[in-house]
Amino acid sequence: MTVDLVIFWIPALVAIGSTALVVTRKNASRALVYLVVSLLSVAVIFFVLGAPFAAALEVVVYAGAIIVLFLFVVMMLNLGRSSVMRETRWLQPGMWIGPGLLVAILFVAFAYAFAHLGGVDTAGEMIGPRAVGKRLFGPGPYLLAVELAGFLLLAALVGAYHLGRRYLEERREQA
Amino acid sequence: MAIEIPVFHVLALAGILFLLGLAGVLVRRNIMFLLMSLEVMMNAAGLAFIAAGARWGEPDGQVMFMLILAVAAAEVAVALGIVVQISRRFDTLDIDAASDLNG
Repeated sequence: MTVDLVIFWIPALVAIGSTALVVTRKNASRALVYLVVSLLSVAVIFFVLGAPFAAALEVVVYAGAIIVLFLFVVMMLNLGRSSVMRETRWLQPGMWIGPGLLVAILFVAFAYAFAHLGGVDTAGEMIGPRAVGKRLFGPGPYLLAVELAGFLLLAALVGAYHLGRRYLEERREQA
Repeated sequence: MAIEIPVFHVLALAGILFLLGLAGVLVRRNIMFLLMSLEVMMNAAGLAFIAAGARWGEPDGQVMFMLILAVAAAEVAVALGIVVQISRRFDTLDIDAASDLNG
């Protein structure tokens, strides 16, 4: 039991630490690297909890695709030393007080709600990709959700294509 | 094999990660960091779903995680397009610069 908890809390502490660094960094590309560390440690937690397929997806889609998209945009925008200085100007230490207080209140509420769960344990069994695929694509409530996710991704594709084109800018210059 | 641990711990971790992301969304003005904090929050929600799935020994948690993944991917694709447009138009990443609804 205690060994299991240690196995869980090592990646958990790494995730918390790296996420705190993501939120407080001034350099965008460094924050992204810390975000990768955070996502990888969450992937370890997924594996430990018995969700190997979700762990693989976390690595492939989150750390592999989404973060790389972020990195492309950071490179495109060419954020240099001046942006770090601007970030320092924007990020006064006093700004953390109000949001920190709100977040602390929310954490107390969370902790109170979770504490009522008591000592319920996770099932401790591995649920592989076969079971997930059967539940997702088999007869059940999720078929409609899969279709909707497909539509959402198509809409995002069209939207990203439209936003990425240069003609919006040209039209503004004509006006 | 997987380990058996109290669900309370996993949900507490998900809550901490979510609140860190929320603090980032509230404090940061740079839209890139705002989006990163949003990713952290979505990831924490996914962790809560995985924890629930692991508690009942059912694959539904992972199914919901995949749907969250699709939503996160769609959100990032559109949001990064908006980031590029904002930086072209206003020459800054300050989210306050884009506060007026003017086509």
